Amino acid sequence: MLEVKNLHVTVEDKEILKGVDLKVDLGNLVVVMGPNAGGKSTLAYSVMGREGYEVTEGDILFNGESILELDTDERARLGLFLAVQEPPPLPGVKGSLLVPAVIKRRRNLPMDNKLMDIKILREVRPKLDSVGLDSSYMGREVNVGFSGGEKKRFELFQALAYDPKVVILDEPDSGLDVDGVKLVARLLDEMRKNGKGVLLITHNPRLLHFVEPDEVNVLIDGKIVRRGGMEVAEFVEKYGYEKVVSG
Amino acid sequence: MTMHKPDELVRYRTPEEILGYAKDFPAEVEIRGRLTESTIREISKVKKEPEWMLRLRLKSLELFNKLPMPNWLQGIEMLDLDTMSHYVKPDIEMSSSWDDIPKDIREYYEKIGIPELEAKVLHGLSAQYESETIYHKMKKSLEDKGVVMIPMEEAVQKYPDVMKRYFLRIFPPSDHKFAALHGALWSGGVFVYVPKGVRVEAPIEAFFLIGREMESQFEHTLLIADENSYIYFIEGCTAPMFKTFSFHDGMVELYAHKGAHIRFTTFQNWSKHVINFNNKRAIAEENARVDWVEGSIGSMLTYVYPSTVLRGRNSSSRSVVFTLAKGPYIKDSGSKMIHIGENTKSRIVNKTISMDGGINIYRGVIRIPYGAKNATSNVECESLILDDKSFAYTYPHNQIEEPTASVSHEATTLRLTEDQIFYLLSRGLDEDDAKNLLIMGFLDELFIEVPFEVANILKKVLEIEFEKLGGVG
Repeated sequence: MLEVKNLHVTVEDKEILKGVDLKVDLGNLVVVMGPNAGGKSTLAYSVMGREGYEVTEGDILFNGESILELDTDERARLGLFLAVQEPPPLPGVKGSLLVPAVIKRRRNLPMDNKLMDIKILREVRPKLDSVGLDSSYMGREVNVGFSGGEKKRFELFQALAYDPKVVILDEPDSGLDVDGVKLVARLLDEMRKNGKGVLLITHNPRLLHFVEPDEVNVLIDGKIVRRGGMEVAEFVEKYGYEKVVSG
Repeated sequence: MTMHKPDELVRYRTPEEILGYAKDFPAEVEIRGRLTESTIREISKVKKEPEWMLRLRLKSLELFNKLPMPNWLQGIEMLDLDTMSHYVKPDIEMSSSWDDIPKDIREYYEKIGIPELEAKVLHGLSAQYESETIYHKMKKSLEDKGVVMIPMEEAVQKYPDVMKRYFLRIFPPSDHKFAALHGALWSGGVFVYVPKGVRVEAPIEAFFLIGREMESQFEHTLLIADENSYIYFIEGCTAPMFKTFSFHDGMVELYAHKGAHIRFTTFQNWSKHVINFNNKRAIAEENARVDWVEGSIGSMLTYVYPSTVLRGRNSSSRSVVFTLAKGPYIKDSGSKMIHIGENTKSRIVNKTISMDGGINIYRGVIRIPYGAKNATSNVECESLILDDKSFAYTYPHNQIEEPTASVSHEATTLRLTEDQIFYLLSRGLDEDDAKNLLIMGFLDELFIEVPFEVANILKKVLEIEFEKLGGVG
């Protein structure tokens, strides 16, 4: 579904990704692990077409077609969703304003239809429950005064509510306690079972104790240096990233 | 009371688009040129004013000539009063029926939906064109309660004693040069008196339109709310486009007697060819309350500082000011609260948006002299700057002598960050959605503070203004 081919990406004149190949099929959970500054977030941003992330070589395909020429929002509406690592606060923008606006835009519904908002809010409520947030969070300003864990949960909630085809999650478990990590794992597994493609980006292999990935990649210095199954994650956990390169 | 969907009444366009260029319309009297004593005498004569009013005007002119030009005013130097029309009486007979108003002029008001708003929402409307009121009507139900709402000129003739007690007493012409100029040249506007205990729930509106270039408009609004009464008053203004510009120097005086509550809302959407000077002051007696709301969207230059003198014990005042400086224009605003009585409370909320080279300046004053025991004041200033060409400045000024006073001031400057924009784009919102959401979020508190129907109108107008947002980030 999502395919990254020989992707080279430059940020501020510095090449960060140096030929990455990756494939996320529907119903699959693909993991990209790696040390900090190895290019993991750059991969996520490049797939979403963030400004400043220049693709110098290679291609990104969605459903078999190149999306390089598409803007971020167009890619999102095709069915991509990125749960970002550091969600920025949106002062004054309440969840009850943001979520219906996004859903209306994604479904191509008239933006000024306020009655639709109420319907949408009712529809997404169970998804808020499933990430362990009560409905009062919809009345709060998005990411304003949220704890690290609350931010992560609200990102997950949006990943469920917007119903994308492929979900990219950048460190969805950082800042969460063990129960939170288990919850993330369960939700990722559910997404996969519901036929979504899931691309999980993580620094810490801890999450993988609770969910069995279909594929594990190790991204170091802009290149995928190892690809395999759970055994790759176990190797990293035991010996660290340095050994992946040298061993 | 029917006050549904007032947003239906607002067109999705700016005043320039709605009204286009100014139309030629004949004046019955036009007084222009060098501003002298004889100019004043002529205006007073046309208005058949009593001697005391002429003297008041002449005294104001004297003050105007004596007072220095405020040196902090930016951009005012382009104004050369000797080249302006000081008084323009349009060739229109005042009426209480829109059918009597000449078609060309009526169309202006119709295009911005004033007669419609009147029919659906208002309990009284006074419409001014150039220097004179041309339309005036109040619902009979208010008349039956003893509410007085008449053109200012009529009030001068009918209630000289009341006028002498309040007119230019709340805002003396000696305050500054433009207050003095207003005192010398005032024309038009509306006088309102609300008797003891009477509540005017549905709003009364005064609407001011400048129809020609190189003209000065000096309307005067005086509103007296007697003990324990309540009134909700809306003021609106606009103008078509001019090749040069016009000048507005209006004044609002409010007097809230014991226990009275005045809500005064201004919605300013002049075209970009108007220099707009406002003089707004209220006095609040014991237990009285004055709420100012100022939505300042249009104009080339605006100077507006709603002020309340909290004279009586337990009186309170709130001033919510929103200004938009979009394009190479300046909004100079700020609220002033003068605490005299004990236990007086004030709150100022000032929100500005600067974009496309716009400049917002906040100048606020909190004065709490000795004796104003337990006075409290909260000031919140927030500026949103949308691009690198635009600016916002905040100059708060506190004069606190009373040791038991409590004053807080918060000032914040915000910019839309690339992080926020990317975050929203990555959800699937387009760039305009994203900016609108962030801007509306910035204004959210303001929408809570202002009356529902005003919030709706404001939202619509802002949507128009932000429709064609350029590349911001």
